[in-house]
Amino acid sequence: MKAYTKVLMIVAALSLGLLFMFPMWKIYLKAPQYPEGLELHIWVNKLGGSSDHVLQNFNILNHYIGMEPIHAESFAELEYMPYIVIFFMITGVLVALIGRNKLVLGWSGLLMVGGAVGILDFYLWLVKFGTNLSPEAPIKVPGMTYIPPLLGNKTLLNFDALSLPALGSLGILLGITLSLLVYFLNRSTNPKKQTSKAKHAFV
Amino acid sequence: METLINKLKKAAPKAALLMAVAAGAALQGCSKMGGEGSATAQGLSEDAASAVYVAPGKHDELYSFLSGGFNGQVSVYGLPSGRLLKIIPVFTQHGENGWGYNEETKAMLQTSHGFVPWDDLHHPKLSRTDGQTDGRWLFVNGNNTPRVARIDLKTFETVEIMEIPNSAGNHCSPYPTNNNEYVIAGTRFSVPLDMKGGTKDVALDKYGEEFRGSISFIKIDKEHGDMDLDFQILVPGFDYDLANGGKGPSEDWVFFTTYNSEQAGTLKEVGASQNDKDYLAAVNWKLAAKYAAEGKAREMPANYYHNKLDEGTHVAKSTVKKKVRYLLPEECPGMMYLLPAPKSPHGIDVDPTGEHMVVSGKLASAIPVFSFSKMQDAIKNKQFDGEKNGIPVLKYESVLKGEVKEPGLGPLHTEFDGKGNAYTSMFVSSEVVKWKVNDLQVVDRIPVYYSVGHLMIPGGDTKEPHGKYLVAMNKITKDRYLPTGPELAHSAQLIDISGEKMKLLLDFPTVAEPHYAQAITADKVAPNSTKFYKLDENTHPHAAKKEADASVVREGKNKVRVKMTAIRSHMTPDNIEGIQVGDTVLFHVTNLEQDWDVPHGFAMMGANTAETLIMPGATQTLKWVAKKEGVYPFYCTDFCSALHQEMQGYIRVSPKGSNVPIKFSTGKKKEAPVASAN
Repeated sequence: MKAYTKVLMIVAALSLGLLFMFPMWKIYLKAPQYPEGLELHIWVNKLGGSSDHVLQNFNILNHYIGMEPIHAESFAELEYMPYIVIFFMITGVLVALIGRNKLVLGWSGLLMVGGAVGILDFYLWLVKFGTNLSPEAPIKVPGMTYIPPLLGNKTLLNFDALSLPALGSLGILLGITLSLLVYFLNRSTNPKKQTSKAKHAFV
Repeated sequence: METLINKLKKAAPKAALLMAVAAGAALQGCSKMGGEGSATAQGLSEDAASAVYVAPGKHDELYSFLSGGFNGQVSVYGLPSGRLLKIIPVFTQHGENGWGYNEETKAMLQTSHGFVPWDDLHHPKLSRTDGQTDGRWLFVNGNNTPRVARIDLKTFETVEIMEIPNSAGNHCSPYPTNNNEYVIAGTRFSVPLDMKGGTKDVALDKYGEEFRGSISFIKIDKEHGDMDLDFQILVPGFDYDLANGGKGPSEDWVFFTTYNSEQAGTLKEVGASQNDKDYLAAVNWKLAAKYAAEGKAREMPANYYHNKLDEGTHVAKSTVKKKVRYLLPEECPGMMYLLPAPKSPHGIDVDPTGEHMVVSGKLASAIPVFSFSKMQDAIKNKQFDGEKNGIPVLKYESVLKGEVKEPGLGPLHTEFDGKGNAYTSMFVSSEVVKWKVNDLQVVDRIPVYYSVGHLMIPGGDTKEPHGKYLVAMNKITKDRYLPTGPELAHSAQLIDISGEKMKLLLDFPTVAEPHYAQAITADKVAPNSTKFYKLDENTHPHAAKKEADASVVREGKNKVRVKMTAIRSHMTPDNIEGIQVGDTVLFHVTNLEQDWDVPHGFAMMGANTAETLIMPGATQTLKWVAKKEGVYPFYCTDFCSALHQEMQGYIRVSPKGSNVPIKFSTGKKKEAPVASAN
């Protein structure tokens, strides 16, 4: 592996640190009586929002439709996800130091799988909260479920919900792209003539 | 074809507007309501509507604070729209939110005379930094039972009320100095002081010998605004009417108008109107503070209340102060002078440069304008015209800059636009008169409807006025609005003073009787406005900060304490049993919400008090005595949510000595403690 790709690989590993600095995902809620909006921020290790009390306010609104209250303690993921991220960061740096291109690809693949699993897990939670409604809910709309959108926007009664990945997810994206770049750069410098192919991949 | 339709569509609203205007004109032409209709039309600026139109959802440029006079409150209006934004209870109980009714705020209305749930609130004054309004606090006076209150402009709530000893008719009050060093309050009614904190039992014909006035100097804590009565000056027994602080060169001085220098104790309308001249009293407050600090002050026993609302607990506490320091002007050379001023002067207003003191003599035919630099010279050259009670009287001519001739009838108050113009209200001739401060020439006048008292220009009493609008506060309303029986709303009028000619923009009804007002640009206040109280910072001794902390505890034979929580859309507990006839039940309701604009109210059937309105994060207490066995409902009074109507509960009252145990719950699942599920 070339020296500069090693640096790039380290950057890929460290870019996952963004997950500790910014939320991964944001759900924006807007309603006529919430002109300022309500934002729920999903971090790798906690739940937060546009204000200190956003969860309480989410839960107050949700209890009318019988949704279970959301508490950070309900998500075991918030406990172990940080370790997974740290694991990726450490192994990423190790991969760079070892300098074997196959390991780079492996790391990349594993991270992609990790990200996909994360998104799937997130979606399953959304479905769980959106459909697992108390039969005693004060407000019952026949046939209505309240699964927030995974990506993009959706109208839920008086609320317009918009769901978007946030800066933290950029860390994962950077990790994947940079490590793939490292992999292809090293592959293209192999004596086997695959330069043009590799270039194609990134034009 | 289509385009033609479009054109028609576009033109239609305009055509409708035209027709409406024409119809309006026709209607006006038909109605012959004496001269008023035409006078209005004459005074009204052509584009007045657009000048005061604040589109739905948009904010006003300024906050204005109008005193409520005999309602003891302050009303907050947006300008230029004239929209009423809030009523702030100060000296008067306010059933709307429980002010003065709930257990937390009762102490705010305590005085040495006991609980006084009303006062006559005349003058709001904004706190100042560098001679400009700083948007931190609003000081107001209680005229009847002398008090000064402080409103915090973060919460728009009265946070402090202090009684003023040795005073009666606290009209000449409260005047902040340019950096909130002091708030100054003078007495309008002189009284015979017993020098022990009360008044003497003396024959009423002993006015001349026995009666004295007082001027109080309330020190303001720079950071928190807390008031402390530093000292008083005991002054001759005149009526001290109004005051105004100096600026720039005159910064160390404060000026007071006085009347009844005749010292009449009866039929004052005649007795106090005999002298051609009364006085403008000039007091060097910096020197007074120095004298007080250097041991010139004596001390006398006193008895006055100082009530403060604690920020963390939201509970008011009263402290009774037992002494007060005072200065005698005859012992403090250079501290106080008297300037002769024509006949029973009312308003005193110092212009933004601090050089001119304008005295509006309500019975005088001209407005005298005094010169501060001439006053300084007269003091230096001892141009005295005798003395009164040991206070030097300056020669009228030696301090006079000149007089505004034939300004109108009944001049009362003057404010300034910062562009060299002064505006004086004319009570008798119902007009506002604009004149130039440098040459004292009248340049414009505009009728107001009717009998204007105070007028206000935002910052018009400070170093830097915001000379765009003027608000005239009129005492008589008559036909300005739809009639509402014998009692009519008072009327304020917004006048555009940005150009050469004054232009009438808007009439708006006001609450009770505004005497004076203050206004400030919204950007100095709005960004600091509290949205809700943080539950974490609530230190109320009986707060229940989560539903699991709710409790009902018998605390003695006849006392039960309920710690209750309120959150959309239920109260915890909402079923209470075990109360007995004769029990006093204290409901401490904590609003658990942590969001903007979600107050909950609490009312109890048969409670001999008002509801209490609880802001998010706060705790308020309603006291109720169970008088008869039965079941009594309580409920949330502020429409908080879609299920507000369901936000209610019951209390069961059993006979005295009954064996029904104390029991409480919310929802069917669990007995006490309840609702830990959320």
